[in-house]
Amino acid sequence: MTRFLRLTYVLIGFMLLSNTALAETPFPTIHEPADENLKCIHPEDEMRRNHMNYILHERDETMHEGIRNEPASLANCIDCHVQPNEKGEIAGINDKEHFCNACHQYASVQIDCFQCHADRPQKYIKRGTHGDASLRQQLQQTLSASEGVNQ
Amino acid sequence: MSDSIKQSSVNTSRRDFLSKAAVAGTITIAPGVLLHQTANAADMNTSVSTRPLDEEVSNKNRWGMLIDTAKCATGCTDCVDACNKEHGLTGHNRPETDTQYIRKVTLKDKATGHETSLPLMCQHCETAPCVDVCPTGASFVRADGIALVDKHICIGCRYCMMACPYKARSFVHEDVTNQTLSAPRGKGTVESCTMCVTRVDNGGIPACVEACSAENHNAMIFGDLNDPNSPISVELKNHGGKQLRPDLALNTGVRYQDL
Repeated sequence: MTRFLRLTYVLIGFMLLSNTALAETPFPTIHEPADENLKCIHPEDEMRRNHMNYILHERDETMHEGIRNEPASLANCIDCHVQPNEKGEIAGINDKEHFCNACHQYASVQIDCFQCHADRPQKYIKRGTHGDASLRQQLQQTLSASEGVNQ
Repeated sequence: MSDSIKQSSVNTSRRDFLSKAAVAGTITIAPGVLLHQTANAADMNTSVSTRPLDEEVSNKNRWGMLIDTAKCATGCTDCVDACNKEHGLTGHNRPETDTQYIRKVTLKDKATGHETSLPLMCQHCETAPCVDVCPTGASFVRADGIALVDKHICIGCRYCMMACPYKARSFVHEDVTNQTLSAPRGKGTVESCTMCVTRVDNGGIPACVEACSAENHNAMIFGDLNDPNSPISVELKNHGGKQLRPDLALNTGVRYQDL
């Protein structure tokens, strides 16, 4: 009996702890857009609720019909909303501070856009090169090796 | 296996058609063709989209490319480098599976030993095999003739890669970060040359064509095949241009001269 009671206390303790943890999950800090004078295409409450519909609808029009001046554009969202912090660091999609990720993590909604799309403005992206000399040399070596086999 | 082809990717099963194409080309091309007069390709690349950005693409245009292989130097990879830069393509030093939208291929005519170098990319077929086999509708040819993959729909089955006679498509095997605006790309989807569709829609020319002209090679012309007065159509009318594997009757948007 004592053992059972002890177990119950432990369980209740866990529940209390997890409740406290939930209550303390902070509401995400949303960074101000790059330019304060820039207005979003819709009011904030509308965008919070329906941003995914705007983007989803217009991605098809852009992809299949080539319409390139749709008002809703993921790239424009990113350009305005994803900005470096005071230290000059810019958040990636997996960081808690990232504009999209902050809310999505809070709401526990998975976000797939950035498996393909850039998660930060282009000017903050540094890229390696594909056609660099070392790679090309290796390519040539592979080729000449495979030619030897073919002959 | 024929040793007549060197290409910048391991390719065994497609070599036959290329070598046949090379042989056929050597037989049918008259010796005088090399001497033809062409205007500077940089001037010829002025035929670009004038469609307003909010208007749907239509079959009024058919975008295409004409490549003069006589001007394409062996070993030159300016078009490939420009393409990789434009689309932010990064490799993993695995040439067999690394993404390539465009690659250089060298054909050798076994009878004469004559070598031809050419860039090979998605040929933007009118009746594209990749579209035929796609189970989800991700592979499609846009109304203006540009073959694309809608990666929102692509499930990565790679049927299109097998169906493509030009081996033009690549599969993304690894997570991708730092994509460019012109090429959103991610793991588990198939991709290929988009004829720089974002540039074209904005009235520009593809990065490869631009690089080729900028370096003064002028081997590539981009333009509207449906406009009889566009430089590419005029050049095709005057001096012709071959499709690769014309026997497949795919009506490709990319044509080659001196093949």
